Amino acid sequence: MAEEWLGAEAAGSGSEEEEEEQEDGERRHQQLLEAVSALTGRKRRKLAERSEASAQVSEFNVSCKGAGEKLVLSELLQPIRARSALSGVKKELSRVKQKKAVELPLSKEEAERVVREAAYAKSSKDVGKWQPVVLQNRRAEQLVFPLKEEIVAVAPLEQVVSAWKPRTPLEQEIFGLLHKTQQPITDPLLTPQEKASLQAMSLEEAKRRRAELQKARVLQSYYEAKARREKKIKSKKYHRVLKKSKRRKALKEFEMLQKSDPEAALAKLEELDQLRMEERMSLKHQNKGKWARSRAIMAKYDLEARKAMQEQLARNKELTQKVRVELPEEEPADVPEEDLTSTAIPPVSVGASRANPWMLGKPSDPAQEPDVPEGLGDAAVPVAVESKEEMSEEEEELSEEEALLQDFQQKRQARQQQGEGPEQHSEELTVLPGVHSVIEQGADETEVSEQLPGDGPIHPVSVEEQVSPVIELPLQAQEEPLLSEQLHRVQTMEDIEALASEELTAEQEKPVAVGTEKPACRQEEGKAAPKPAKKPTTKKKIISLQSVLSGKLQEAQCPSLPVVVVEEEGGFDQRGVITEAFAGDDVVADFNREKRKAEQAAKPQPLNLVLPGWGEWGGTGLKPSNKKIKRFLIKPAPAPPRKDQHLPHVIINEQRNIHAAAHQVSELPFPFEKHQQFEQCIRTPVGSTWNTQRAFQKLTAPRVVTRAGHIIQPISAEDVPSMAATTDTGTKLALQTAPEQHKQSSRRPRKRAR
Amino acid sequence: MTDPGPASPAKRILTRSSGCSTSVDTTPPLSPAARFSSCTWRSTERTGDAGGPTAHAWPWAPGAALIPSGGDLGAEPLRVSRDCAESGGPGSSGHVWRKEAAVGRRGGSGCACPCACSAARMRVKVLSRNPDDYVRETKLDLQRVPRNYDPALHPFEVAREYVRALNATKLERVFAKPFLSSLDGHRDGVNCMAKHPKSLSTVLSGACDGEVRIWNLTKRQCIRALQAHEGFVRGMCARFCGTSFFTVGDDKTVKQWKMESPGYGEEEEPIHTILGKTVYTGIDHHWKDAVFATCGQQVDIWDEQRTSPMCSLTWGFDSISSVKFNPIETYLLGSCASDRNIVLYDMRQSTPLKKVILNMRTNTLCWNPMEAFIFTAANEDYNLYTFDMRFLTSPVMVHMDHVSAVLDVDYSPTGKEFVSASFDKSVRIFPVDKGHSREVYHTKRMQHVITVKWTSDSRYILCGSDEMNIRLWKANASEKLGVLAPREKAAMNYNQKLKEKFQHHPQIKRIARHRHLPKSIYCQIKEQRIMREARRRKELNRRKHSKPGSVPVVSEKKKHIVAVVQ
Repeated sequence: MAEEWLGAEAAGSGSEEEEEEQEDGERRHQQLLEAVSALTGRKRRKLAERSEASAQVSEFNVSCKGAGEKLVLSELLQPIRARSALSGVKKELSRVKQKKAVELPLSKEEAERVVREAAYAKSSKDVGKWQPVVLQNRRAEQLVFPLKEEIVAVAPLEQVVSAWKPRTPLEQEIFGLLHKTQQPITDPLLTPQEKASLQAMSLEEAKRRRAELQKARVLQSYYEAKARREKKIKSKKYHRVLKKSKRRKALKEFEMLQKSDPEAALAKLEELDQLRMEERMSLKHQNKGKWARSRAIMAKYDLEARKAMQEQLARNKELTQKVRVELPEEEPADVPEEDLTSTAIPPVSVGASRANPWMLGKPSDPAQEPDVPEGLGDAAVPVAVESKEEMSEEEEELSEEEALLQDFQQKRQARQQQGEGPEQHSEELTVLPGVHSVIEQGADETEVSEQLPGDGPIHPVSVEEQVSPVIELPLQAQEEPLLSEQLHRVQTMEDIEALASEELTAEQEKPVAVGTEKPACRQEEGKAAPKPAKKPTTKKKIISLQSVLSGKLQEAQCPSLPVVVVEEEGGFDQRGVITEAFAGDDVVADFNREKRKAEQAAKPQPLNLVLPGWGEWGGTGLKPSNKKIKRFLIKPAPAPPRKDQHLPHVIINEQRNIHAAAHQVSELPFPFEKHQQFEQCIRTPVGSTWNTQRAFQKLTAPRVVTRAGHIIQPISAEDVPSMAATTDTGTKLALQTAPEQHKQSSRRPRKRAR
Repeated sequence: MTDPGPASPAKRILTRSSGCSTSVDTTPPLSPAARFSSCTWRSTERTGDAGGPTAHAWPWAPGAALIPSGGDLGAEPLRVSRDCAESGGPGSSGHVWRKEAAVGRRGGSGCACPCACSAARMRVKVLSRNPDDYVRETKLDLQRVPRNYDPALHPFEVAREYVRALNATKLERVFAKPFLSSLDGHRDGVNCMAKHPKSLSTVLSGACDGEVRIWNLTKRQCIRALQAHEGFVRGMCARFCGTSFFTVGDDKTVKQWKMESPGYGEEEEPIHTILGKTVYTGIDHHWKDAVFATCGQQVDIWDEQRTSPMCSLTWGFDSISSVKFNPIETYLLGSCASDRNIVLYDMRQSTPLKKVILNMRTNTLCWNPMEAFIFTAANEDYNLYTFDMRFLTSPVMVHMDHVSAVLDVDYSPTGKEFVSASFDKSVRIFPVDKGHSREVYHTKRMQHVITVKWTSDSRYILCGSDEMNIRLWKANASEKLGVLAPREKAAMNYNQKLKEKFQHHPQIKRIARHRHLPKSIYCQIKEQRIMREARRRKELNRRKHSKPGSVPVVSEKKKHIVAVVQ
């Protein structure tokens, strides 16, 4: 009932019309009565009275007084409490009562926010898989870009051409012309002939040809080398012998020819005749040449020269003599001149050069030629061959090569005619491995020799000490601007020098200012008690270039000055306290000891140049003589008086060099934690003067390498080989980091502006 | 190995060596006794020589004690050295062939050399070098110079390297001439630029009068000009394959153009034109797919084949000035709007992700091409902010040096540095992990720089400015252009390393830091330094004079962030 009352009141308070005010009051009165009666505990159902005329008349005697009120379920249930027939309905109703209503759907903004949160968590997790890669790249000693070596794809010409079409009149005209001549424009880009020729040669044949060519080239170079070598031989004797042997060979050859092929011999004779005629026409051996004239001058004094002249004349005679024609039935031979020489090789040499595949059936080994016995006479040498010998050696060599090449040519021709003979194949095959082995051997040698210098000892220079990877970004607050921006431009070395010197003066000014302060202080100190706050300059540790240079760590020259504060106002008590506090240690004595030590250290040391054993007996237990010591111990000039010699309470460090200080680092730079680290880093030289080539290259390798003209694409998962493997760890990382972030951000936004 | 024939001992030459043996003829023309007057053999083991022939009875056997017995006996098998016979002995008139060591010769005979001597011929093992160590293979090879790296022989290494570093630094400053050329041709301020994704020598630019020009950087010429829009060209981007490019303009259109110039008789017209309802202020193309994004009232993501956007992303109602695709995780987008915020989007889920509100408006942002979650925003408050997209509450780094609004930013393709263009008529290069710039570029005639790009080979920087020019700079001011010989390269690397090593030394630091600035910027920097100092002082004073904890210390990084909105 109370509910009802409250509800009614709420309804009543809502209406404000004046007409109803009275009625309202009456109703309230009624309700009040009811409430009071309810308090007594007596339950009384009372029918509503109908007190006035109303439009809504109910037959069940229900007044309309609560028309605007809410219907409460419990109210409906009340009357049916007693009846058992309605218990089913009642249960159902009570169940309905227990059920909660569906909540209102979230507002659009809220819903969007939830979606955003989820999406953010997801994508930050996805991005987080790059974390290890990024860290690795940041730490990397060297990064080479582009990460992925791009393959230069050359579009085939056909494609390019097919895409192109003639547009301008000129182009069209040219195109038309090309079409007329049936020049292929698009696809194969080959004329039928070209195509045929391409198809003609099989791979095998091409290989064989190539091998042949290779062989020919090698041979050529071999003979060239040989010719050069032989040409270089200065020994007259050797040449003489050579000539003779050749002559002999030619003679033999001729005789053989006479027997076997008289026609050829006749032809040869004719040839010789021809030569004779030429000789007669020419002035070659008539002592008219430059050489001959010079010989003529020398002949007076030199027996050799005379002999040479006579020889030449004899040669002339021989050459101009008519050759008797013995064989009338001679036939013209088609053997070329070159072949004469090439065939004039004794079979012995062939056998000797068996080891060399190139030498099969080829000219004799040069090593054998000097071995030919010299004792044989040279009188019985045919004139014609003799004349041939006159030709220069080079020419001869050339002819040999030509012969060889011709040989090849012939072979090839023969092959083309015959088709592919099996014997030739086998021949080729027998020859080829030799080539390969020779070539391979050469290659191996070069390889080995190339490897050798590379295998040099690598000095164990630790690079890691040099480059300390900065993973964490330096603190923002600590950082100073990287640039010092000025109004004037520095363009030349002089400017830069000036810049440096300017800085130097600026640096110097500071110490000078300190210096000017100092005397004043000293004066004061001289008069009065020690200054309370005066501290030595060395207290601040300076990383000095000098100390680094000397290679040993500089010890702090003097510790911080103990300061005895004497206060007058404090009176006896305080003094007592202080003396009590410092009862154990004698500060003043300590200080004096320090000072004495500093003085001793600052004294210049004598230079000892005494070498034991020089000019006298040396060995263990023997000392250099006093005389020697006296002579070689160089005493230094006395040091200038110390600045603090009259200041009993002060130690002035005179080690500090203002000029050097301008070049020294005064603060420990960021990544270093101890000054020793920094000094170590500076002391390790980088240059090639102190390091092996390999170490030098390693030490000076740049951090980032880019290649000119190469586009650097953004990193992608394919670029990182470990990416597939690291994805798991990456996601884990992200999982570790992201949810935290997520929690943080999800807690806040309600407060924040949206 | 042994040569016959007499040779006088005075003419003998010995080689210091190890390995193969050469012969030394010690046969004098005299009798054995006379020989000992000029040539004597000593051996540490030989003092009590019993096995050898009598001729070798040592003249001064006790003198062996005088010979320093050499600490490194085992190091070299034999060492033969010529020695003036000062140390006395009966036959000290000539030279002494001193043979030391012979450790392994402890045989019954007690000595190796007497046998040789007895044959009137001596075979001495002598050190020799392998010709491979010093003979060149071809004459084009460099002579191999053996070098002793004993630190005692090369003293003063720090001092010498310091001087080298100083010189290198000075030379770097002398040769710092970054400006390469200016590309002129536009008839209005250059508003945007785009790199060609496949060609290094091609760059595109759009001007405030709606004209687009394509430039050849090697020839430094304009190869094509087209009137793309009416009014500004607001943004442009090339397709990832390099065959076409997109422009957006003030005339509310998006146009796609062919990269190639039209052929003979063809007209210059776009492949596609999309008419929009509102002005588009920026455009960016997806790095792998045929998708592009525009921004204006909202961020629209378009399929190239369609005339209506695939999806529109909105969050708030302010105009968005720029949108950029993430080059690595290509579904991510970042945008910045004029209500001072930076918004990230995910294309897959077509939803915005998060929003950061800064103190002032962000003009552009750029993603790091090597680090997927890092991006840098160019802000109106003269600073640049590098964010990690996973932790947006505070930037990773605040980059400050500009003295006016920063208008554009572009990353180096190596991801180690970025370049920023500012309204203060300068271009600055920042390392990603440093709060201050390492380089500042300016010229007398360069006005407000609106757009800047770092070329894809990471060697050059392009900037487009108000006064209608595009300028080409070297990214590394003192770099030598062109092909470098290997030795040049080595020297360059060495110098670089030295500069790095000695960078903290005051003289070197001073020289390396020096930059020339125009007066306007210089004065503004000074002024701002004073302002900053004043602000700091004031804060300190306030903290000092108020209740402890009531004025909290806010770090520089946090100071500029207003809020992060989920």
